[in-house]
Amino acid sequence: MVTPKPEFTAEIAANGGSSLMLCFQCGTCTASCPSGKNTAYRTRKIVRAAQLGLKDETINSEDIWQCTTCYTCSERCPRDVQIVDVITALRNIAVANGKLYEGHKKVAANLIKVGHTVDNNDKIKALRKELGLPENPPTVMDDAKAKADFDKIIEITGFKKLVG
Amino acid sequence: MAKYAFFLGCIAPLRYPGIEKSTREVFKALGVELVDLKGANCCPAPGVIKSFSKTTWLAAAARNLALAEKEGLDIVTICNGCYGSLFDAAHELHEDKNLLADVNKILAEIGMKYSGGTKVRHFAEVLFKEVGIEAIKAAVKKPVDLKAAAFYGCHFLKPGKIKNLDDPENPKILDELITATGATSMPRLQKMMCCGAGGGLRSQFGETAMKLTKANLENMKAGGASVIVDVCPFCHLQFDAGQKDIGFNFPVLHLSQLYGIAFGMNAKDLGLDVHITPVKL
Repeated sequence: MVTPKPEFTAEIAANGGSSLMLCFQCGTCTASCPSGKNTAYRTRKIVRAAQLGLKDETINSEDIWQCTTCYTCSERCPRDVQIVDVITALRNIAVANGKLYEGHKKVAANLIKVGHTVDNNDKIKALRKELGLPENPPTVMDDAKAKADFDKIIEITGFKKLVG
Repeated sequence: MAKYAFFLGCIAPLRYPGIEKSTREVFKALGVELVDLKGANCCPAPGVIKSFSKTTWLAAAARNLALAEKEGLDIVTICNGCYGSLFDAAHELHEDKNLLADVNKILAEIGMKYSGGTKVRHFAEVLFKEVGIEAIKAAVKKPVDLKAAAFYGCHFLKPGKIKNLDDPENPKILDELITATGATSMPRLQKMMCCGAGGGLRSQFGETAMKLTKANLENMKAGGASVIVDVCPFCHLQFDAGQKDIGFNFPVLHLSQLYGIAFGMNAKDLGLDVHITPVKL
């Protein structure tokens, strides 16, 4: 017996997944999903569970992290459900509830450290020099004031705390 | 002369600097001025960062948009991920005044403001629409004789309703940009399938990502292609780094590198040495 929990559905909507309730469960999304062909991820089922407000079943599931955000499902959805936005909302809520994967944390840690998702290294620096480019790109990586500004955004939006 | 703020992103300058170099040279040759968007941060990455916190993602993207607005320039990106993030962020901020006001409260803390004046462009779109196929053909010095698998990736054309660049299921832009060099764009099944890297798959669920990569490579092989031409350093990385373990050896070129070859750039300046799958053309 499943008891719908509308407060969780409302939370998904507040996080950008408001088109969720338009879904009439045709399954075009599942049939179109390249990731679902290789994993247990069934887009339609996740959308249904989200409609019913099944928080634990969605945010604790590895399935919501199998979406590559390719948008094939939302392109083909006859009800115009913004499925990638629903998945993103579920992921945001999962992360806010402490459900983070180590591989993703590493990417986030790089962002916090250098303002980019990957860091520079000696091999790349040498190649950049050889190509007539500065060793560091002219971004936050090469501008202390810009990095400090970026750090402040990371701080005030609570990202540092989120990643832990 | 057309002029844009050049948004480098992460993977191009920090893993494949040849893509950055080729883009600079190719746009110069075509009479398009690229001004570095100095002090820019990661777009931020739509896969992991947007999945973690839309609030952080939007504020950090808005900082990039505001930097370009201050220069009075539209942004050009060389990566589908950057394009996806910055285009979507701009779209959300331009459509929702309350959201823009919320983001500006954050930007005010660093003495910045975004008024909604930045357009975000993908370099392949600029090449196709602003430069044009005829001007590109005119710039070709060494016609390229290659059988290419055009790899569009996902965030260049999709979501189709807000990007409106081409038919997202059956596009032609990249095929035409490739054939302008003399190369042939080979047909294949499931041409629009994701490379597998996106959405945080590469960093956490690499095996799933590789299954998609492999399916793409098999389709490319069956279609008779001899080289992959992409418009995204992240797809580029996924194919370049991934295929050796599963028995494929397609040279992988970013469109800017293909143009570099066709425009007669010095091979050394394309930065192909850093590619994991050797590029012997």
